[in-house]
Amino acid sequence: MTQIELRGVQKWFGAVQVIKDLNLSIEDNEFIVLLGQSGCGKTTTLRAVAGLETIDEGDILIDGKPVQHLKAADRDIAMVFQSFSLYPHMSVYENIAFPLRATRMKKTDIDKAVRDVAQVLRISDLLDRRPSALSGGDMQRVAIGRALVRRPKAMLMDEPIGALDAKLREEMRAEIKRLHVKQGSTTIYVTHDQIEAMSLADRIVIMHEGVLQQVGTPEDVYGHPQNLFVAQFVGSPVMNVAPAAVSDSAGKASVTVEGAGEGFAFPSELLSKLNGSAGKPLSLGIRPEGVIVAHEAAEGFLPAEAHIIEPLGSYDIVDLKFGSQMLRARTRSGFVAKAGDRVFARLDPTQTHFFDTASGQSLGVKL
Amino acid sequence: MGRERALATAVMTTLDPKSRAASRGMSDIAIRNLFIIPTIVFLIVFNIFPLLYSLGYSFTDFRASSPAAANFVGLQNYRELLNDPFIWTNFAITAKYVIVSVVGQVIVGFGVALLLNRDIPFKGLITTLLLLPMMLSMAVVGLFWKLLYDPSFGIINYVLGLGRFEWLSNPDVALYAVAITDIWMWSPFVMLLSLAGLSAVPKHLYEAAAIDRAGTLYTFFRITLPLVAPILMIAIIFRTMEAFKTFDLAYIMTSQPTTEVISIRLYKMAFQEWQTGRSCALAYIVLIMVLAITNIYVKYLNKVKER
Repeated sequence: MTQIELRGVQKWFGAVQVIKDLNLSIEDNEFIVLLGQSGCGKTTTLRAVAGLETIDEGDILIDGKPVQHLKAADRDIAMVFQSFSLYPHMSVYENIAFPLRATRMKKTDIDKAVRDVAQVLRISDLLDRRPSALSGGDMQRVAIGRALVRRPKAMLMDEPIGALDAKLREEMRAEIKRLHVKQGSTTIYVTHDQIEAMSLADRIVIMHEGVLQQVGTPEDVYGHPQNLFVAQFVGSPVMNVAPAAVSDSAGKASVTVEGAGEGFAFPSELLSKLNGSAGKPLSLGIRPEGVIVAHEAAEGFLPAEAHIIEPLGSYDIVDLKFGSQMLRARTRSGFVAKAGDRVFARLDPTQTHFFDTASGQSLGVKL
Repeated sequence: MGRERALATAVMTTLDPKSRAASRGMSDIAIRNLFIIPTIVFLIVFNIFPLLYSLGYSFTDFRASSPAAANFVGLQNYRELLNDPFIWTNFAITAKYVIVSVVGQVIVGFGVALLLNRDIPFKGLITTLLLLPMMLSMAVVGLFWKLLYDPSFGIINYVLGLGRFEWLSNPDVALYAVAITDIWMWSPFVMLLSLAGLSAVPKHLYEAAAIDRAGTLYTFFRITLPLVAPILMIAIIFRTMEAFKTFDLAYIMTSQPTTEVISIRLYKMAFQEWQTGRSCALAYIVLIMVLAITNIYVKYLNKVKER
């Protein structure tokens, strides 16, 4: 049972504010992923929770008790570092046993705990090795084992698999998920990799320049981004964003993307849902899978020219040129034969997002 | 214009070793030999030759003070030396001196390094000032400390309030007094190497240890010390070798029989008693002992490094 709460946390490095008024509440057993680009303050936030970094203002509460004045050792939180930080002069066994020996546990209890954890992590046959003789994946298993062995109140992970190669990363990702399901503990996980975030998180916390942008389930941040930053940060390939204008053409809504010439037809309720905002400069956002491509002209489809085709195996990403505006579409593999082909496309209204260009905030229009 | 171009070409040829060598018709190997051969000649003339020549003398009864030719006596010199209880007394004194001074230097040097291994103002300046003792000449240090130890006007007795305590003429204390001087002089050396070792311990290991709830002492003995051990070992090797062959400090500061370390005995044998052959044999015995001790350390160092 561990809840972690951040209240109005502020942190400066000299004149630079790296965490700006951060409020976050983490439930027991929840897997939270802090997602953001490097330098966004996510790692600093994690280190502040761990007690490796002091905060300048605000409170950090673990199970309702403020801990910001406690040393790392007194917070009973385990952490897995990106650099693994294994003790190079100790065997795997000694590494895992270290946190237990440091608190003077009984030898037999330590032995049992270490062997149990090693079994869970499938590193039982590596216990006598030195860290330098391990592969990257095994090093990280040991680091996780060292964190798990003491059954901490919470687990913090700072890009734990960022240093591994792509294949291993995928494997370890699944393993971390498996472990969390099996062992269950409140976890804060920092990464800049949105795929990791989407696949692991119960809730994702997106940060940008020290400011929390959005907290939500993976479906939430993907499907309903609250602002342009989140919209373009989450999802790959990246969401199309373009300045757009909404007009009323004979009772029907028409959305004109800047430079694209004609407007796309949208359901008329868009007009009422946009009320008030229709006059402001808007940005339209649509993920490539929301751009529907056809070979034949049809009602609501606009002509476009295929500019670049990126085959990605199970699907293609096609850059479509509408007048001077470029939108990327996701199509069936080989659907558009070659660059320069003329095709027709429309925007799926249910997958279209509208943002206030000035503030970047979503207008919350759902069609 | 022409001059500038010539200058530019000259600079280019100077900077580019290949073209310079080519212009003089010298290969890389020739240049390498040019640099190496003087050193090798110097080493052979001043180190290797005397070493081998003295090995030859150690099997004779040669006396540099007498015109008589050297007679081959086989292992007699070695046999007599190793059976001489006085020589063993000298070795015992040397061992005591080595242990006291090296242990002292490691404790003081490593301790100061621990104090300096953090963010403090004027760290660079303090470190440089602390290094000064080891930059002084041994003879000068010996003379200074003789004055400091002086029973009637020395500052040490004054500060410690010991009255007219005899340091250097007291046979029970003199060796320790010399060792203290050596500790003062050479602790900075251990400090310097320890500081290098300490700053090489990755900071993230300390963070990991803090997260793992390790206390200060536990962290020191389980993380810091094992990781600094190899470089500390190197400092200990150097200091042991040096202390083992100490001559100048002890010779300048006192003349007690209890401070007659093996080098002083060797010096007296060679240049006061003129037993040249015998002293060569003793020198070889000392050399073999130093090599043996160093070897033990090196073995241990390799074991530590394996981890």
